Amino acid sequence: MKKDHIKSKTLLFILSVASCIIIILSFVLDFSSNPLNYVAGYVLTPLQSGINQVGGWLSGKMDYFEDNLSLAAENEKLQAQVDELTVENTQLLQDHAELNSLRDLYDLDHKYESYTKIGARVISRENAGNWFSVFTIDKGTEDGLAVDMNVLAGAGLAGIITEVGPNWARVRSIIDDYSNVSAEISETSDTCIIAGDLSLIDDGNINLVKLNDPDSQAKIGDTVVTSHISDKFLPGILIGYISEIHTDSNNLTRSGYVAPVVDFKDIKEVLVIQNLKQTAPSEQ
Amino acid sequence: MKTKLILAGTMLACLLLQCSLMPAISIASITPNLMIVFTVSFGLMRGKRSGMILGFICGLLTDLMIPGLFVGLRAFVYMYIGYFCGYCYRIFYDDDIKMPVILTAAGDLVYGIAFYATQFMLRGRIQFFFYLRRVILPEMVYTILMTFVFYRLFLLLNRQLEKMDKRSVGSFV
Repeated sequence: MKKDHIKSKTLLFILSVASCIIIILSFVLDFSSNPLNYVAGYVLTPLQSGINQVGGWLSGKMDYFEDNLSLAAENEKLQAQVDELTVENTQLLQDHAELNSLRDLYDLDHKYESYTKIGARVISRENAGNWFSVFTIDKGTEDGLAVDMNVLAGAGLAGIITEVGPNWARVRSIIDDYSNVSAEISETSDTCIIAGDLSLIDDGNINLVKLNDPDSQAKIGDTVVTSHISDKFLPGILIGYISEIHTDSNNLTRSGYVAPVVDFKDIKEVLVIQNLKQTAPSEQ
Repeated sequence: MKTKLILAGTMLACLLLQCSLMPAISIASITPNLMIVFTVSFGLMRGKRSGMILGFICGLLTDLMIPGLFVGLRAFVYMYIGYFCGYCYRIFYDDDIKMPVILTAAGDLVYGIAFYATQFMLRGRIQFFFYLRRVILPEMVYTILMTFVFYRLFLLLNRQLEKMDKRSVGSFV
């Protein structure tokens, strides 16, 4: 094997300079769409979902051996709940139909119906660096996903797509330290900003800042949803409930904490809304 | 050449574990840093040069797989960790677990502080001790635990590799 021996120190210097150049380049260029990332996505995504499937299979087997009796009891309880919810749902559907006909009378847009959603599985929860709350899902451009699409989990807003590859997409959750969401209190229609903060993740809270509420109407327990004036988030998606609120020292704005409805500790499946804010038919 | 391929394969396996298995076994949302264990172990067992190159590639791949604010920081930090671990190449017995444990702890601490300084302190999050207590130290402890498991595996692998190298004359990595 032929080898020209560069001295270790020279090599160290060269590599240091190289990594500095990479850092600068990553600031200047958008690395999310570079070919290397695509290759990584193509090679690693299938492997990752493979490992995930093995993990899921194992935990499925474990669950299988769980106590049969407790499962039966739980089933009964859930069945009762299903009945209850079905009744409630029929009532709500009637109300909904009435609301829509009334909206038609007033020439208002129907709010949520036209969103097309697609389900996706979380294949890696990348708190692997411990500093961020970002996760990867197993669908990408091939399934019609694009950057800035909103991601839901269960009842509420989970995050937004920041990078997308052919068969994967990276979602920054709203509790991430870098996340800022324009929101409003649905009871009072006052706007605020929901800012993620690493130091609050343990308490299960998110920061609520810059709430424009001169009459101090917002109170603990109020519902926080995404606002109509957000650039990227579709309006009216549930974020969470106010858990603490106080007036800022400037006496103009208020701030506090919001408890999100999504349980970020174990997100497994998510829904991606394929409408973007700009093209959303219900944009106001 | 075969040695290099095996090392690259091991690195890829570690990267996959780091992205999939490690978050699954995280305690209190703290994930151990397997890539540091890999870099330190091979830096110790194979010397400065290998440690440096492996650290660089390791960091770069991790940067691409796990998002940060910018690409290249881990490459930079891991490279130096690998390089300085290589200094202990001559002065340690590879059966002794103390040395890799100490070096992993130091390496993870340096990595944590570098990460905090560039991605959090610069944005005005200045409660250093909170982040030290909440992220850096727990990660260090958990990574040390991982060292006890993975270092022995890496050691076995490296012995096999060295045997192979001795058979084929004149190739070093």
